[in-house]
Amino acid sequence: MTDQTLQPITPDGRADADASRRRSDADRRRHTAKRMAAERRFKYAGLASIFVAAAFLVLLLSTVVGNGLPAFTSNNLKLSLDLSAENVDPTDPGKADYRSLINNALKEALPFVSGRSNTRAARKLISSGAPTIARQTILNNPDLVGQSQVIEVPLSDTVDLYLKGLSGDLVSSTPAGSVDISDVSGTVELTSGEAVFAPFVQQARDLLAINAQGLLSRAGGIQRSLDQSASRIAAAQAVLDDAGSTESAKARAARQIEDLTATIERLTAEKANFEARADALKARAQSVSGTEELTENDPSLFVEAAGGLIKITKAGNSGATGEVLVSLANAGTFDTGNWAVKVFEVPESERKISDREIAWTESLRSAGAIESGWNDIFFSRGASREPEMAGIWGAVVGSFLTLIVTLLLSFPIGVAAAIYLEEFAPKNRLTDLIEVNINNLAAVPSIVFGLLGLAVFINFAEFPRSAPLVGGMVLALMTLPTIIIASRAALKAVPPSIREAALGIGASRSQAVFHHVLPLAMPGMLTGTIIGMAQALGETAPLLMIGMVAFIVDIPGGFIDPATVLPVQIYMWADFPELAFQQKTAAAIMVLLVFLVLMNAIAVVLRKRFERRW
Amino acid sequence: MTLSLLISLVVVALVAFIIGRSRARVLAGDQISSLHSRPVYHGAYLALMSAVPALFLLFGWNIVSARLQASRVLDAFSDQLSAMSAPQVEAFLRDAKAIATGGIVGFRDETKEKAALLISEFQSQSDLWLTIAVAVLVLIGFLYGFRQIGLSKRARHIVERAIRAALIACSAVAVLTTLGIVFSLIFESIRFFGKVPFWDFLFGLHWSPQSAFESAGGTTLADDQSIIFGAVPLFAGTLLITLIAMLVAAPIGLMSAIYLSDYADDRFRAIAKPLLEILAGVPTVVYGFFAALTVAPAIRGWGEGIGLSVSSESALAAGLVMGIMIIPFVSSLSDDVISAVPQSLRDGSAGLGATKSETIRKVVLPAALPGIVSAMLLAVSRAVGETMIVVMAAGLAANLTINPLEAVTTVTVQIVTLLVGDQEFDSAKTLAAFALGLVLFVITLSLNVIALRVVQKYREQYD
Repeated sequence: MTDQTLQPITPDGRADADASRRRSDADRRRHTAKRMAAERRFKYAGLASIFVAAAFLVLLLSTVVGNGLPAFTSNNLKLSLDLSAENVDPTDPGKADYRSLINNALKEALPFVSGRSNTRAARKLISSGAPTIARQTILNNPDLVGQSQVIEVPLSDTVDLYLKGLSGDLVSSTPAGSVDISDVSGTVELTSGEAVFAPFVQQARDLLAINAQGLLSRAGGIQRSLDQSASRIAAAQAVLDDAGSTESAKARAARQIEDLTATIERLTAEKANFEARADALKARAQSVSGTEELTENDPSLFVEAAGGLIKITKAGNSGATGEVLVSLANAGTFDTGNWAVKVFEVPESERKISDREIAWTESLRSAGAIESGWNDIFFSRGASREPEMAGIWGAVVGSFLTLIVTLLLSFPIGVAAAIYLEEFAPKNRLTDLIEVNINNLAAVPSIVFGLLGLAVFINFAEFPRSAPLVGGMVLALMTLPTIIIASRAALKAVPPSIREAALGIGASRSQAVFHHVLPLAMPGMLTGTIIGMAQALGETAPLLMIGMVAFIVDIPGGFIDPATVLPVQIYMWADFPELAFQQKTAAAIMVLLVFLVLMNAIAVVLRKRFERRW
Repeated sequence: MTLSLLISLVVVALVAFIIGRSRARVLAGDQISSLHSRPVYHGAYLALMSAVPALFLLFGWNIVSARLQASRVLDAFSDQLSAMSAPQVEAFLRDAKAIATGGIVGFRDETKEKAALLISEFQSQSDLWLTIAVAVLVLIGFLYGFRQIGLSKRARHIVERAIRAALIACSAVAVLTTLGIVFSLIFESIRFFGKVPFWDFLFGLHWSPQSAFESAGGTTLADDQSIIFGAVPLFAGTLLITLIAMLVAAPIGLMSAIYLSDYADDRFRAIAKPLLEILAGVPTVVYGFFAALTVAPAIRGWGEGIGLSVSSESALAAGLVMGIMIIPFVSSLSDDVISAVPQSLRDGSAGLGATKSETIRKVVLPAALPGIVSAMLLAVSRAVGETMIVVMAAGLAANLTINPLEAVTTVTVQIVTLLVGDQEFDSAKTLAAFALGLVLFVITLSLNVIALRVVQKYREQYD
């Protein structure tokens, strides 16, 4: 392969040969090198595309797994419930007041919590579904009734996230120097000979400066949207002033101007607020001595001593004021190593778990009352507004029921249609039409099948909304083309000699097909059906149309019970803002993907196992 | 009741099958070959004769009875119901039925209780007569069939013809589905265009069906209605997102296909192809989650890093993720097409001294062009009809913009928003979804037809 071979051969061959001779060797080499470089670039572009696609896949799966894994475990609180006969009737344990039983047990576990607001806050540590879980535990084991029993109840989602380390970390350090603490509870004074709190105060001040910068940049962002709004007002004004605009356009422009003016007012106020806050923060950040008030916008600072926890509200370099959250065993002087400072970087205003909740949770954890384990609730319950009580079992059962209907309808109909079209149908315009029709049906967007289901099944035939029966019917229509096409391919792969041999020994056409061709084509048909079912399992859009998007707490028990399916559950959970729901969503996706992988693996095994080549 | 009748019919068929088979055996005695058809066919024949007529009756009655029952109730309570609007009457019927059969009741009153009584009376009567009719049909069919069984009865022919009819009926389901789609979309759209002029819908620049609520009193001005149902922003949004998706999917998909078919060795192909197939098998709701959770915030972050204002539901995020979803679609279709170009063309080009990439660009791709164009058109049709990614990652606001950093909405998103949740079926809002569905159906169908035509018309026949 030299570059001469590529020289165009013109009628005037001689002139061309001269031209090529005039080229120096260096030119030729350069030309070849250029072509080779282009070749390499092209090849690497191809390779890069595959790697880009693979990278997207890896990113997708790692996002899902990374988000979903924490949802597979949960933290439970071990509470010692007083199940004596006066609280729980042994003949009817379901009727007891589990809420107050749990509240009493919680009071025992956190004896230092006093006051109404604190008590109420402490009850928020555990899930609002805790009584339900406790009741269920006891109904499952009626023998527990009679004495005090340790029962595990779920913690609330904020505490659960904190315990999993997803809200931030509580960093502990032991400053050198002793500290004197004035009391065991209430508001206390901490004093020290050394500047034990200096680094923390300095940290708070540094953070103030950073925050001030952040506020200023947010004010800048608001300025940009202010400019934008102003220009849009100008545009709307132009429409108003234009004599050629229609009345309706003018009305719309006027409304727009009104809206935008209000927006500008709001944004201006917001901007001023940000700037004022930034200035205040800057002023505080620059002060060197004195005490610093630690607000909810600063990192939380705790002092731990004698089994208690103090939240620092005001700190100077060597002294501090604090609020006792968990009572100390004794007050007095604590030497280096006997006390510790704990810092939670994320300010209280930017996280869901409050300082006292952290303190109480830590106290429960050090008492050994918190148990982390496999998240049973997630795999055994239906939907719920409380993230810690929400499970996918309802959606899994719904998906299962829906797929059964789909399979029962689409497999026999699809296989029968394929047999007719491949084995019996005369070649005429009608069968051509059916064939084109099936191919087109395979390309119809799935949401259109949802519209069909809504108009025909729900509105015309008056089937119940949200039922697996209707969902299965819609999905059956949707997967039908896939199954027909796969089944026809499987039938086509059976060599004609099989049919001819059967016909030759006197079988009828039907007998030849049903006794000889069909069994040989069955593995291929089953493979196609499983792939169609996998498609149906992952389908969401048509089911939204027929009302399977309803919020359903109960596990569906039959084909006409309201139900939802896994992908729709994922869609609904993805809309909830809570981080815990985000994890549940990812976990539900993992479950869905496991099912899909299983189904596809079965299809692959079937194909490998029974595939015959003639 | 229907279910139990259905089950008993299955039992009847089984019993008839066994009786028919043994009857044929008895008739044949030692000489099975004296029968025209094997005993199995006689059994099947008897089963068909006994169960099928009753089955038809059962289905027919089920379709008719619901309407009959409703009209009975409406006649009996015409005084009380005449004041109600159509949805109220529907709710009344639903509640009355629920009281009669023990379902979830909206609220009870005396009229409904009476109606429920009427319904349950009607129900029990209908059940009784239906059972009797089914039993009579079964008996007649069985007796007739039993008498027909004989040595020269051509049972196999009849059974095979019945099977053939069943097969044809199954093939017809596909056609019926298409007809169902076309007719339901067209009928509802016609009702919609009765409220909103066709051209205002197709060329209107303003889409805000949510404001149909403001004037829900029933005195909506025709002018207002047509103003809020202008679908151009949706078409523009769909086009924008599809364009972004194709800008991602077309080069990546095509280059992957080229690499896989012409450069990769078997081992690499064995890994890379399934990888792409996995990408194709991931449910779209997962892509939606990915787009909304990871891609959109990332794009927003980058945009703000360089001082651009990016909407949190930017078209770019939705389009990008949709592009990823379509990559395997483009690559597998293109792979088929590129592999179909005969080796002799490649060999000829190589013989002239062309490098591999020159061969691909100047010989293989031009030869495969019709197929590739058709693959791209199919991919576009896929992107236009894709729902979940845009529902989760694109916005609801119908902005008419070509800025990919702003939020746009698409046809599919609006269909979902208009139809999710309970609402009366004949409001313009609900019907608008069907009009959008019709547009979507027509667009995807024409894209598919064009794709097919391109291949048929411009394909070069080699060899």
